Amino acid sequence: MTGILEIEKGLDIQAIRKHFPVLEREVKGRPLVYFDNAATAQKPQVVIDALINYYSDYNANIHRGIHTLAEEATAAFEGTRDAIKEFINAESREQIIFTSGTTEGINLVAQTWGRQNIKAGDEIIISNMEHHSNIVPWYLLAQEKGAVIKVIPINDAGELEMDAFEKLLSEKTKFVSIVHVSNALGTINPVKEIIAKAHEAGAKVLVDGAQSTVHLDIDVQDLNTDFFVFSSHKLYGPTGIGALYGRKELLEEIPPYQGGGEMIKDVSFTNITWNDLPYKFEAGTPNIADAIAFKTAMDFTKAIGREKIRQHENELLAYATEQLMQIPGLRIIGTAKKKISVLSFVIDNVHPQDIGILLDNKGIAVRTGHHCAQPLMERLCIRGTTRASFAMYNTKEEVDAMMEALRKAIKLLS
Amino acid sequence: MSEHKSIEEIEKEIVEEFSLFDGWDDKYEYIIDLGKKLPLLETEHKKDENKVKGCQSTVWLAAEFKDGKVFYKADSDAVIVKGLISMLIRVLSGQEPDDIVNTKLDFIREIGMMSHLAQTRSNGLLAMVKQMKNYALAYKLKEGASK
Ligand SMILES: Cc1ncc(COP(=O)(O)O)c(C=O)c1O
Repeated sequence: MTGILEIEKGLDIQAIRKHFPVLEREVKGRPLVYFDNAATAQKPQVVIDALINYYSDYNANIHRGIHTLAEEATAAFEGTRDAIKEFINAESREQIIFTSGTTEGINLVAQTWGRQNIKAGDEIIISNMEHHSNIVPWYLLAQEKGAVIKVIPINDAGELEMDAFEKLLSEKTKFVSIVHVSNALGTINPVKEIIAKAHEAGAKVLVDGAQSTVHLDIDVQDLNTDFFVFSSHKLYGPTGIGALYGRKELLEEIPPYQGGGEMIKDVSFTNITWNDLPYKFEAGTPNIADAIAFKTAMDFTKAIGREKIRQHENELLAYATEQLMQIPGLRIIGTAKKKISVLSFVIDNVHPQDIGILLDNKGIAVRTGHHCAQPLMERLCIRGTTRASFAMYNTKEEVDAMMEALRKAIKLLS
Repeated sequence: MSEHKSIEEIEKEIVEEFSLFDGWDDKYEYIIDLGKKLPLLETEHKKDENKVKGCQSTVWLAAEFKDGKVFYKADSDAVIVKGLISMLIRVLSGQEPDDIVNTKLDFIREIGMMSHLAQTRSNGLLAMVKQMKNYALAYKLKEGASK
């Protein structure tokens, strides 16, 4: 154990692991090895406590009440908005809109900005490596409006073909919706460049930050993006909460998404005025508890040190990549020069599902299948991959455990 | 006619076989072995309408009705699924439509494969059972109509 601590340069993984209660459990009689972090990350005790504290100490609906509990709950809820503003370096708190997650954020933009601004014949650009969440909302919009979806191709390493992207851009391009980091390949896309080029062509841009926000430092002002969406649950926070950042002028121009509750200023049967930002987009009682605990998750990762976490995860990625490459017939899918700690692979004549089942039988949780990116799998001519994705609490020993289980599984299957 | 075993009898046999295994390693080894041994499905049956939906892996299932009994053939690109299919075929193939439609297939739970049945999205065993029952139901209705 001491060896690995040295490699981790000051990040005490064993101490970090103690914060995550689930890591103490066993699966199939062995210590859990959780390598499905790209799907959702585990939650530290402080996040779980934040949820419990809200419900046991100051559960109240927010904004409306004048009583003490309502004020405390409102302050905590709005405190998360401030924390998100800082986390992604937004200009102002009004530009942070709570959503249920990345998927809702994209749908919100498609159904508001999109419906208001997209006409027949307009073009929306996405990429070949999008998650279904960043395909389907645009598909629905395009169907409704008679718009056209254009797709940025990728090379065999799983990197965007930037030349092809530039050729796709034209005066018809109204919107570019692009994933920051691919959940299936780990590729980090050059979004800043994409945004600049799209803006030159007069298009607006949304960045899907579902996978990037936990690994990279996000600065929406530096990116100069129009919209940015992400989810709390991939960031060690609760499920069911996320955020949409939007450029202020755009958020002010576009119509509300859903109606009711906090999103109105005045209602009569003949005339309704919308509330100010960000409340215009937050209809009904929001997910208060999870929003509050989301701040705790961000505080937690900041306290540990995002740069240190990143370094640790990159070391794990390098180590695991090197190990995996020693397995005959194994091919890593996604070999971009710039990638985060997601490792997807296929093995000759072995189905990913069989691998997934046999790894689970050894207490090792990986993801198998198409990772909600079917067009990407089609492009790469594979039916799916086995994916190990690492988080701050994962260790080299866990990678070794996976390697051992993998070797046994391959032997059994072939 | 040689001895015909009922669905329940075959299920009991399988449960007894599984009770001999020490742990999951052995169970999986056995299932994988069954998967490898499942007779190949002729390519003519590997058509789209024989694909079972709801599986992470691809499963093809073909059925035939002979002398009042349903006979199944199947294949998959994933070998554990193939092993599970092989057990389903052992239990259901050669049975009468009524019995197939009505069986609860308790053996799947009893041998500890319930978690796989529950993971309908990733494994599709449930979809597979449903499809087998659908065939039986269709033959039953057809038979009823022709009587
Ligand atoms: C790249 C990407 N986009 C979107 C999503 C959807 O996120 P959520 O399910 O939190 O809405 C995911 C989650 O897997 C993702 O990886």
